[in-house]
Amino acid sequence: MESQNRIWTTFRKKPMALVGMGMLAVALIMALFAPLLAPYDPNERVDVVPSDILAPPGEGHLLGRDDAGKDVLSSLIYGARVSLIVGFVSSFFSMFIGTTVGLTAGYYGGRVSNALMRFTDFLMVIPDLPLMLVIISVWGRGLWKIILVISILYWTYTARLVRSQVLSIKERQFVLRARALGASNYRIIVRHILPQVMPLIIAQAVLDISSSIIAESTLSFLGLGDPTLISWGMMLNFAFERAISRKAWWFLLPPGIAIVWVSLAIILIGNALEEIVNPRLKTHHLFNPRNMISLMLAKPLLVESESPPEVTP
Amino acid sequence: MEKIPILRIEDLYKQFPVTRKFIDRIKRSPKQVVHAVDGVSFTVAQGEILALVGESGSGKTTVGMNVLGLQVPTKGRILFDGHDVSDWATGRLRSGKNGDGLGRLSRRKQILSLRRRAQMVFQDPYESLNPRQTIWEIVVEPLEIHNLGLRANEKEARVRAALEDCGLAPADHFWSRYPDELSGGQRQRVVVAGALVLEPELLVADEPVSMLDVSIRADILTLLQSLRKARDITIIYTTHDLATAGYFTDRMAVMYLGRVVELGPTVEVLKEPRHPYTQALVSVAPVPNPRKRRQRVILQGEVPNPIDIPSGCRFHPRCPIATDECKKTDPPYVEISAEHEAACLKI
Repeated sequence: MESQNRIWTTFRKKPMALVGMGMLAVALIMALFAPLLAPYDPNERVDVVPSDILAPPGEGHLLGRDDAGKDVLSSLIYGARVSLIVGFVSSFFSMFIGTTVGLTAGYYGGRVSNALMRFTDFLMVIPDLPLMLVIISVWGRGLWKIILVISILYWTYTARLVRSQVLSIKERQFVLRARALGASNYRIIVRHILPQVMPLIIAQAVLDISSSIIAESTLSFLGLGDPTLISWGMMLNFAFERAISRKAWWFLLPPGIAIVWVSLAIILIGNALEEIVNPRLKTHHLFNPRNMISLMLAKPLLVESESPPEVTP
Repeated sequence: MEKIPILRIEDLYKQFPVTRKFIDRIKRSPKQVVHAVDGVSFTVAQGEILALVGESGSGKTTVGMNVLGLQVPTKGRILFDGHDVSDWATGRLRSGKNGDGLGRLSRRKQILSLRRRAQMVFQDPYESLNPRQTIWEIVVEPLEIHNLGLRANEKEARVRAALEDCGLAPADHFWSRYPDELSGGQRQRVVVAGALVLEPELLVADEPVSMLDVSIRADILTLLQSLRKARDITIIYTTHDLATAGYFTDRMAVMYLGRVVELGPTVEVLKEPRHPYTQALVSVAPVPNPRKRRQRVILQGEVPNPIDIPSGCRFHPRCPIATDECKKTDPPYVEISAEHEAACLKI
């Protein structure tokens, strides 16, 4: 469609968006071709001798070994799968919930809107992390449970955003025209209102991917991740518990940098998209590209200066 | 020729509540309402073009919206082909005069049965087309909504006929485009085509040319006129512009503050306006002959707030010939000729 072409043309001209795309592509390739790229199978049982445990980087193990004598690089590559699956799937679900709630509340207004929005506010003000911890400890650990928990807690902002857009779109004359033609509410929402909000929803969903990834890492770091899968958060958890005292930085830093890498990539893409579909944001001082990048790069640059060379094989 | 009334409006009132400030609610000050339409009655005959003329805020658009069931009247009846449309819109419809069993339909079906026969053309062609639909999608949408059981080729024929009747020929040249590729006049033609594709009997054209360039206005008005001839459509044309109303309408109703103050054949109203408000409007309307000397009546003041309408004759605060009596008595309609009436005590 024409407007999508336009978004893409503008998108290509934003250097930071392209940097983000490149960074995300690296992570995606890691996740997709993990079995080919990883030097070892991280789930394979290995016979370890005491000297293998937390062995520093060296021959055959570019990033050293972890506390179980397994290859850190292989775990890192396989960890990309969990992060990206959780990120994309739960952002998709939360986009779905948020869009449905926002469209319903915005279009029908009145009591429906009040009820839905108070519920949204309620979820917004509850601190996410403790609630997630409680839910996971009741439900039990598992990849799909994590995805579900993140999706049902992270849709609120999308819902508010969509609702505010719908409030103005539903007053436009083409919606009145559709009503005069006899269109049903469902048809008006799906055919006339949703297409106008879609670009904003997509931009928001992209930004949600990174918060979902961070949420998953947090849960895994706190020991509530899926025990059968390797994820970056879980690596951090093990490293935090067992590697710090042995000064095994090669176990601690890579997963941390990987999380920052993917989140930063997605934030760069998301911000560029948001700026294109919602030009009013340009007036905000944070969206002066220079300020924005310096703010966002500040932390990762500090970390990278003391980190080992590129993690890509 | 006997005129069959297709639409009869009887004593229509439409009020909108005013949102009260919190402090007013505490003080329990009385609820206020905007009197958008305040007792309007007229009939429209089959195949007629009626102009509803008035300033913005006079309630002409509200009348149109009520006729189509887009708003529900506060009071009064709107009889469309014998059925009360206000019942239609709220789903309270009883079976019609011919025992046609409409009352057994669901509310949604009742509304659809009205919308099939009465359609609206909106004011702003830049706003009334969904920017993300192609012309084809826009014009075929009514057929999909009403699910007339047409086959694909019949749909295509209908869309083609509607577009080409509206001067967008050849239709295939236009229907894959998006609205922003068309000019304002072309867009308004698309809006008209979208209303016509259902082959309605009544078309409410709400200021269809006020957003268009003067050079295109005549085209659209000629189009409406030719549609009346070709399809025998009844048209209610609302406007604030006497010149365009005089161009092609049969009868004219002049509205002021929610009420019709003068109603009659267009030619007669324009030539011999009887109500002082109409006289003022006619005297300032542009005429093609610059040498023609005219006495212009410039009205003083502004249109009063429709929340609290002046007592007596609602026009008296601005009327050049008002007397004390006008402040007290709400003027009844005075018959001037067979079809011409005006609401003024001074006739």
